[in-house]
Amino acid sequence: MSWLGAVPFLSYVFLFLLLPTGIVVFGAFAGTGGPTMANVKALGDGYVVDAFVHSFVLSAVSALIGAVVGGLLAYAIATGKKDGLLRRVSTSACGVLAQFGGVTLAFAFIATIGGEGFITVWLRTHGLDIYANGVWLYQLNGLTLVYTYFQIPLMVLVFLPALDGIRPQWREAASSLGGSTWEYWRHVAIPLLTPAFLGATLLLFANAFSAYATAAALINQGGIIVPLQISTALSSEVILGRENFGKALALGMIVVVTVVMSLYALLQRRAARWLK
Amino acid sequence: MTEVQVSAPTTTRAGVEVRLEDLQRRYGTVTALDGLSLTMEPGELVALLGPSGCGKTTALRLVAGLEDADSGRIVVGGKDVTGLPANRRDMGMVFQAYSLFPNMTARQNVAFGLRLRGVGAGERTKRAGEMLELVGLSAQSDRYAHQMSGGQQQRVALARALAIRPTVLLLDEPLSALDARVRAQLRDEIRRVQLEVGTTTLFVTHDQEEALAIADRVGVMRAGRLEQLGSPSDVYARPRTPFVAEFVGLSNRLAGHVNGGTVDILGLRLPLVDPTTPDGGVTAIVRPEAVGLRNVPDDTGQDALVGTVVATAFLGAISRVTVDLGGGALVLAQLPTSEAADHPAGSRVRLTLRPDPVLVTPLAVGEAAGVTA
Repeated sequence: MSWLGAVPFLSYVFLFLLLPTGIVVFGAFAGTGGPTMANVKALGDGYVVDAFVHSFVLSAVSALIGAVVGGLLAYAIATGKKDGLLRRVSTSACGVLAQFGGVTLAFAFIATIGGEGFITVWLRTHGLDIYANGVWLYQLNGLTLVYTYFQIPLMVLVFLPALDGIRPQWREAASSLGGSTWEYWRHVAIPLLTPAFLGATLLLFANAFSAYATAAALINQGGIIVPLQISTALSSEVILGRENFGKALALGMIVVVTVVMSLYALLQRRAARWLK
Repeated sequence: MTEVQVSAPTTTRAGVEVRLEDLQRRYGTVTALDGLSLTMEPGELVALLGPSGCGKTTALRLVAGLEDADSGRIVVGGKDVTGLPANRRDMGMVFQAYSLFPNMTARQNVAFGLRLRGVGAGERTKRAGEMLELVGLSAQSDRYAHQMSGGQQQRVALARALAIRPTVLLLDEPLSALDARVRAQLRDEIRRVQLEVGTTTLFVTHDQEEALAIADRVGVMRAGRLEQLGSPSDVYARPRTPFVAEFVGLSNRLAGHVNGGTVDILGLRLPLVDPTTPDGGVTAIVRPEAVGLRNVPDDTGQDALVGTVVATAFLGAISRVTVDLGGGALVLAQLPTSEAADHPAGSRVRLTLRPDPVLVTPLAVGEAAGVTA
């Protein structure tokens, strides 16, 4: 009967994770007249492939920028006092900003560096037009910048525990054995932090890949990334025989995110082994 | 990088003299080291002993180069190393705990310093194997830190520190995170290895038993200064100050009166460590092993030397018997267990004091007899 305590959790996982996933997977292969491959085959259409490529590029670039900048920020925080004001303020701010996606974030960017945002206008009056070559904020580049805004604080939150696990004795031991700062980083710190860093980068990738609200609030037309394609497929007219095309797109996303999260789990396990 | 000649662990570099000259170190308003001077003979193991905050770890970290002295000099083998960074001091260090690189096996940890010195892979592996054998861990050479016990990890740390054939070995409370049994075993192991390799060694600890058991000389520190430096037996039997007497071993604090170069304690006249002590009331510091017990009839009247046994602590071959002299004044006597069995709790006993020279300290106001550890 010891499993009884896990019932609420298992029920939650079933209702909000397994059941929706099952519906998506089942639906992707279902048509009005019975099972069909038409929805899945449509994933090979040019504009769909483009959307997946855009999603992949957006997620990869924003994850990389977030990982590098967030990693450096996390390092700066980790080297400060454990109970210092800077750390408490920074981690609290990151906790809020990491969840600051959606309409509010889109509005914040539109109001500041949008076509008529106050920074844009101010720069324009001083002779610098950031949109001289087109309004890139509402394209893939713009999305990347906006996504980076919540990717960086998320990286700080995810990577900070790994940095905290690095013991000062290791640096001192390396030093007493004749190692320079670079040799310590090369032989000890970087090998130890790499799994956690890569794992966190993958998490950021998955975070960006599945994000919808910010992109939807920023971009009204077209489906340049997969979540927007799904939105279009659910709310617009569909081709006969491809009624569940939206579910096929979601299945594609599930496959990508599953691969990424499996790699993340693998790397986390490796990092956890060393940092016990 | 330069190629390093590596020899078997038993053919070691002779130990070098280490001199700490008037070292000063402050952290803000706190003085951690207040003019520490100490000379270690070649191949000697000196233990710095003292309570938390006395500056012993600071002293070790200054020697290691992990911190800078505000003033003073550190001279190793005749060479002033005060301004050298830690990675150029050629010293091996063993930390309290958790210092093994977790991404490396025991062998890789031990070979790490050699790798940094450009020693070839074959020689590195051979040398690491020898060092692991020296500390009895050949069978664990492919294990990671988390696969080893705390004691094994510290042995690997010792092998790693010795593998580079350091001029000085620095041990920063290397046993404090271990349980009592492993601690005693590893303590003896460290001493055996240190004698075998002959490296001059500075050992920092707050555990007096550890310091007395392992060191050639013990330096008792207080408030950033050396209170006494001497052989373990000297420090224990002839403490130079009340602080040393109280910090090293158990002590009874008994009210006494100095009179003409001797001291009267509980009606007994005993010689003084310092016969020039001025006359007057004092607190005498008496070791428990200097106290003897003799049974007396239960109806023995009140006498300064007569008391009641209130407790006996069994410690194996010896036992410590606590005697209440009345008014809450407790005196500790350390006796062979067979003898202590003659004085069960509740029995009336008369104290005898061995006529050793007694260390005295000015009498604190309102101080009664008592025990300090």
